[in-house]
Amino acid sequence: MAKQIKMHLLVCCGTGCRASQSATLQKALERELKTNGLEDEAKVVTTGCFGFCEKGPIVKVHPDNTFYVEVKPEDAEEIVKEHVLKGRKVERLLYTDPKVKEHVPDSKHMGFYRKQIRIALRNCGLIDPENIDEYLARDGYQALGKVITEMTPESTIDVIKKSELRGRGGAGFPTGLKWEITRKSKSDQKYVVCNADEGDPGAFMDRSILEGDPHVVLEAMAICGYAIGADKGLIYIRAEYPLAIHRLKIAIEQAREYGLLGKNLFNSGFNFDIDLRYGAGAFVCGEETALIHSMEGERGEPTFKPPFPSVEGYLGKPTNVNNVETFANVPIIINKGADWFKTIGTEKSKGTKVFALAGKINNVGLIEIPMGTTLREVIFEIGGGIKDGKKFKAVQTGGPSGGCLTEKHLDLPIEYETLVAAGSMMGSGGMIVMDEDDCMVSVAKFFLDFTVEESCGKCSPCRIGNKRLYEMLDTITKGEGTMETLDKLKNLSKVIKDTSLCGLGQTAPNPVLSTINNFWDEYVEHVVDKKCKASVCKSLMRYVVIPENCVGCTVCARNCPVNCIKGERKQVHEIDQTACIKCGACYEKCKFNAIEIV
Amino acid sequence: MSSIKIKLKEKDVQQIKEIASSFGNKPGELINVLHKTQGVFGYLPAEVQEVVAREMNVSVAKVYGVVTFYSFFTMIPKGRYPISICTGTACYVRGAEKVLDEFKKELGIKVGESTPDGKFSLTCLRCVGACGLSPVVTVGTKTFGRVSPDKVKDILKEFD
Repeated sequence: MAKQIKMHLLVCCGTGCRASQSATLQKALERELKTNGLEDEAKVVTTGCFGFCEKGPIVKVHPDNTFYVEVKPEDAEEIVKEHVLKGRKVERLLYTDPKVKEHVPDSKHMGFYRKQIRIALRNCGLIDPENIDEYLARDGYQALGKVITEMTPESTIDVIKKSELRGRGGAGFPTGLKWEITRKSKSDQKYVVCNADEGDPGAFMDRSILEGDPHVVLEAMAICGYAIGADKGLIYIRAEYPLAIHRLKIAIEQAREYGLLGKNLFNSGFNFDIDLRYGAGAFVCGEETALIHSMEGERGEPTFKPPFPSVEGYLGKPTNVNNVETFANVPIIINKGADWFKTIGTEKSKGTKVFALAGKINNVGLIEIPMGTTLREVIFEIGGGIKDGKKFKAVQTGGPSGGCLTEKHLDLPIEYETLVAAGSMMGSGGMIVMDEDDCMVSVAKFFLDFTVEESCGKCSPCRIGNKRLYEMLDTITKGEGTMETLDKLKNLSKVIKDTSLCGLGQTAPNPVLSTINNFWDEYVEHVVDKKCKASVCKSLMRYVVIPENCVGCTVCARNCPVNCIKGERKQVHEIDQTACIKCGACYEKCKFNAIEIV
Repeated sequence: MSSIKIKLKEKDVQQIKEIASSFGNKPGELINVLHKTQGVFGYLPAEVQEVVAREMNVSVAKVYGVVTFYSFFTMIPKGRYPISICTGTACYVRGAEKVLDEFKKELGIKVGESTPDGKFSLTCLRCVGACGLSPVVTVGTKTFGRVSPDKVKDILKEFD
């Protein structure tokens, strides 16, 4: 008789951990189990993202929740021989709490997880995404069965409406209302579309859900299809996400085999099937009308709304477009009810939100927090504070459409409305933390560079206006800006916001406006004093030798690529400012701290 | 516009025809057809686009419009080891720009170009989603994390 598996070794195989050899690690663990004859007692499971990407690859041991970080393939032997065989935790691989400098025995006691509530990510890092049975064991497809066999489309929509779930793609449109409008549009054919064109640089929420729990999206799309009266679903996914595509394909195949997609689901006569459509790298395709044009094989250019896709969408038919994370909330709301969902969050923003926490922060990773959590809690408790003990300067939410918030906003609860009122937005969930070494003018320029590249070119305010904004920011970073430039920046930003055709153009100036509002002094410093305090803008900085510290070792002169440092041996050196290209080589090579940036 | 002129072999034309017909030659499938075709040829030169247009029964202008609209499609052949620097926000704030400058300097090429021997090509991309490892560089299918400018030479050496 086969022994019962007592222990599971969960290995993260998300994109981040895979990049640090987690696939090799998984094989090494399997090999070690075999060598030690433990195959019947312990099993290696490849899962999606645990969220704690900073310390990947992660191995979590069930049932005792031991959380091993930065595990290398060479560590497999010790984990198996010590932990699996003898039941002793491998201390050196445990996460060390940076505050108390002690090993944390399990994930429940880690600061990173303590304030999180996992709803959309509930299965990520827990189940094998390539095995439908594991999803089924976590109540998978129960919600779909429930709506088809026990509920009407109208009552399904009612539950979603009552839950007050709002779109997680950025703007926060009520999901139930969208479904209702699409339901009421009369047509012989309707479509359910999942927007998985996650274009925000620095955001990877949707990808992690698709990689870690693909079935939840399929199930939700089928529920939506039943509710609005559609038998066809399409997932529009970035071609740059090969692993997510691979896992979705497997999931769709398995669901079809189990009769959970296809014809006559649950013997009800309801048909629903899903296909994939690939994006090809265009940020604007996250906008729903542009996305629909792209699915039709056209250039992904947006069109004026109305008509909304709910009325006239893919191939001219009513189409309900929701984002990945929105869908990931649906099955559990059906199972646990709208009232349960409403207990989490705040008055106007219910439930949780997933954020991709990145930048100058100790714990980079994927987090899910109840709405209403403050930025301070996210950055300093979950995120573990700023890297290298530096000072917090700003946090950017909403990607290229959002804004930078500062110290004074840290106690704001995270909600759709509060973030907008503070000059940023919820966005799809990118959250980038910046420290004192970041120049806010350069950050604004970085985002504008992105928008200029991604503008589809259809309307002139966005195509031409943003280019001009970029050029103005460029002159400021080169020390050629004046106070007049700042006025022009503000005025043009307003015009672009008011007159652009779609969301991309309407929000593109946000990074400029929010940095001007919150970091006005820094802009003034650039144009009046011609200084960049963060030492980022090359044209505004000078490398100079501190005579008291220079011993004349000649290292700087030998490393200067343009030979602009002169000086005799054992004599104080000097940098020729007219020839210096500001590469910083001298600054990095000097062992005597004799070169400073002014 | 690409300045490279190539002549397609009969076999290549046949291959494009097969790809197009596997999608039913439907104009709505143009992007899928282009994905597959680029997968075969590595890039989409004008000559390939002409055949695609004919097979899908759409104008060459439309195919060209779609190819140039999306950043995933390219009309320039990539190097044997295509290098991509992630310039997503997370990598940007952790110093991706300096890493990019170092690659440009070491290879002597600009973004979007290939080395004369066809070995390396250099592009930027926006977020591979491995932000925990930022700044991230990918070479072919291999990912390098926490890259600093002084590691660039070692990375290139791996592909000697």
